[in-house]
Amino acid sequence: MKILVCISNVPDTTTKVKFVDNNTKFDVTGVQWIINPWDELALTRALELKEASNGAIEKVTVANVGEIGSEPTIRKALAIGADDAVRINAKAEDAYFVAGQIAEVVKKDAYDIVFCGIESSDYNGFAVGGMLSEFLDVPSVSSVSGVEIENGNVKVYREIDGGKETLSTELPFVAIVQKGITINPRIPAMRGIMMARKKPLNVVEPVALDKLTEYSNYEMPPAKAACKMIDEENVKELVDLLQNEAKVL
Amino acid sequence: MAILVYCENWDGKFKKLSFELVSYAAKLAEKTNTEAVALSIGNVADDELKQLGKFGAKKIISVNKDELKTLDNKVYTSVIAQVAEKENAQILVLAHNLTGKALSPRLSVKLKAGLVSGVIEIPSTFAPINIKKKSFTGGAIANVVVNSNTAIFTLSPNSCEVAENETNAAVENFDANIGNVATKVVDVNKVTGKILLSDAEIVVAGGRGMKSGENWAPLEELAQVLGAGIACSRPVSDEGWRPHEEHVGQTGKIIAPNLYIALGISGAIQHLGGVSSTKCLVAVNTDKDAPIFESSDYGIVGDIRKVVPALIEAFKEVKAG
Amino acid sequence: MNFEFTEEQIMIQQAARDYAQRECIKDVIERDTKAEFPTEHIKNLAELGFLGMLVDPKYDGGGMDTVAYVLAMEEISKIDSACSVVMSVNNSLVCYGIEEYGTEEQKEKYLKPLARGEKIGAFLLSEPEAGSDATSQRTTAEDKGDHYIINGTKNWITSANSGSIYLVIAQTHPDKKHKGINAFIVEKETPGISLGPHEDKMGMRSSDTHSVMFTDVKVPKENRIGEDGFGFKFAMKTLEGGRIGIAAQALGLASGALERAVQYAKERKAFGTEIINHQGLAFKLSDMAVKVENARNLCLKAAWLKDQGKPYGIASAMAKYYAAEIAMEVTTESVQIHGGYGYVKEYHVERLMRDAKLTQIYEGTSEIQQIIISRDLAR
Repeated sequence: MKILVCISNVPDTTTKVKFVDNNTKFDVTGVQWIINPWDELALTRALELKEASNGAIEKVTVANVGEIGSEPTIRKALAIGADDAVRINAKAEDAYFVAGQIAEVVKKDAYDIVFCGIESSDYNGFAVGGMLSEFLDVPSVSSVSGVEIENGNVKVYREIDGGKETLSTELPFVAIVQKGITINPRIPAMRGIMMARKKPLNVVEPVALDKLTEYSNYEMPPAKAACKMIDEENVKELVDLLQNEAKVL
Repeated sequence: MAILVYCENWDGKFKKLSFELVSYAAKLAEKTNTEAVALSIGNVADDELKQLGKFGAKKIISVNKDELKTLDNKVYTSVIAQVAEKENAQILVLAHNLTGKALSPRLSVKLKAGLVSGVIEIPSTFAPINIKKKSFTGGAIANVVVNSNTAIFTLSPNSCEVAENETNAAVENFDANIGNVATKVVDVNKVTGKILLSDAEIVVAGGRGMKSGENWAPLEELAQVLGAGIACSRPVSDEGWRPHEEHVGQTGKIIAPNLYIALGISGAIQHLGGVSSTKCLVAVNTDKDAPIFESSDYGIVGDIRKVVPALIEAFKEVKAG
Repeated sequence: MNFEFTEEQIMIQQAARDYAQRECIKDVIERDTKAEFPTEHIKNLAELGFLGMLVDPKYDGGGMDTVAYVLAMEEISKIDSACSVVMSVNNSLVCYGIEEYGTEEQKEKYLKPLARGEKIGAFLLSEPEAGSDATSQRTTAEDKGDHYIINGTKNWITSANSGSIYLVIAQTHPDKKHKGINAFIVEKETPGISLGPHEDKMGMRSSDTHSVMFTDVKVPKENRIGEDGFGFKFAMKTLEGGRIGIAAQALGLASGALERAVQYAKERKAFGTEIINHQGLAFKLSDMAVKVENARNLCLKAAWLKDQGKPYGIASAMAKYYAAEIAMEVTTESVQIHGGYGYVKEYHVERLMRDAKLTQIYEGTSEIQQIIISRDLAR
């Protein structure tokens, strides 16, 4: 069995959001780039599954759509333990475009399970996983909070109202995972860090594909009104406001 | 030509969210001189389906088949696509919730329709479509242009007011083609009463200010009175006081309830990133300088041990009265 | 002049930071209060490769450079100096000593498990009567032909209990003075070795410190490091490298204290604004930042010299001296900036201040560093 994990290169969660070029581009000066946190969890889980599989899972590949600036992040994924990586040399701007590129990689090497994080912390797009599964015409499961493999059978846990469902599905499939799939992302060991450059990082050119959407420009969100403070002895006033002013009850 | 709005049901019933979606679709229909068509999948009674007609849907299509009992992303996508083709849908509208997020990407590829997720208004132009959405976890608003002929939007919660517009629409049953259903439910583990955090309309959350995992009973009672989901900040789940599913934040769950009550949460950026789309944020904290008050709509500086029981009483009265 | 780090160095720094800030932080205050050894963390750090970072991969080490080591030591020390002192002794003293001066057999038998972190090393030089004056060794190692017999007491030994491989410095030929001193690899389980009680220290309380007594301890000849009489030079040479580790530890204590002080000053309000906007306090922070930057540059320069194979003894003395002195200053100032909160355990900085004091004392006191530097100037 082979697992592919899609990884996204995103700005560190403490980065201040700013734009340049007349508010059309995200300002990348001084930005620390990291692996999208949900993708990192997905990668950790994939490696846990491989280690527990006694050889049944032969490799974990990471795939990224990005320009050369993504490579340090890809090498971190290799340091964490991925066996090899593929970088499709293009800007990752439109989810349809990104999903279509990764679909080519999956089709070429016949992966059995594809993991995608539920969303990326920059554009908050959640679409790549779903789109990828439709490009490949395979089943997808979302809100995956757990994946287990027993005797070659895949069990998927999906979070629902009030608890969780255990599902079975057919391979190959795409799992769109959220926190819970594993709790903490793996820290790369020294060995892994030193070996990262030695692992294959294949760069491929993108296939021609339309970009269905485009980000034209950005605005800062409107300033927030000041907080209305209520006295702790007068809790009823808050409930009143929630009911009649905010209308959220 | 039509605006197709997918209305999910919960055990055969719709929610306020569903009517927001239909109202939004009706607005789009008005602007594009077309009709809003509502689609329901699953076992929903005619009476309930007709509700959708109250908010501007000119046609209500219902697809009810046994194989559709469980959400199989591929199969549902195929059904919605069939209806979209039948109705010649120009724009599809889904909720920006877990189901919407699962289906809209597949639909985008199936129909080769540009997807804009988490839109917050109706488009400013229609040919091409220019529309606003939230990005960078609420840190900025992006303007997106759709290049394809068909578009799909997932509507951010709390972005569209419910607008009554009775059309007396009729319910039409559609016999969709169902292919192979690959995903099957093997087991369900439900703790009844526990609301799915991701889609909850009201959420009560606890932070380090709760002092210990032993102190959650009042918070749970408050959540129960309000019919709310329960959440926590990262340090709380890291310490093991609460399960990881409850962690809300940039690396946990990102949610958008109508009302978020933050108890003993100081307001770190990473936590606020998880609730930036909340309609109304209420904070209770002993520290008047806690950063969370800068992001809240209402705040109380006080002791949680006093304030929460008082809130429970006050909310109980409102529910009763 | 290239002041940039390589991708690998940044990854190593990040890995150390992630471990310290995610894991060590959870129980660091409790362990310090109870003086409990960080057994789980040392095991995890070993698995990640932090205990044998500098050792050649052919001996199961990480094969990293000293610059990466400094970065990792700084990150861990910001949170947990007990873990970092175990790392420093294991990496820069014990592993380095054996790898640089040991025989192939010694490396096979002892270096490999140390590099893997399966065994922890300790460095036994200090004695009740001989600290700074290391030439006055009272511990004896009698040459008995195919073995040595060691008698004496060693003091203030880090990891005496948690460690199992000791590097012991002892006098074989008293008439030859410091040229009659030898260094030995001694297994803790050897009969005749006993430990004194755990020292109740001011700081770095989670690291275990004991005196070690040797009563007719038999050590095979093949466990002697280098030629007969090489021991003193061995000790001085390994301490040169050890100084870089401790300098980086002091740096971490200082930079950790600075980060916390800045964070606090940005949030705490007094007299109408956040206290970082009050010039008096802002100037304090600016001075602290310059000191930390200086300390970091000294540590990195010493590390760079060592990696280049150039002499680094003076650079490492300067780094250790300066970093330890400013660590005491910066941590003290950080407590002050925190006000009342700085005085209680919950806010960490009082622990950093107590920990910083030891960096001025061990692995060569600040005064010893001054002797080293001034003697070099006087040449």
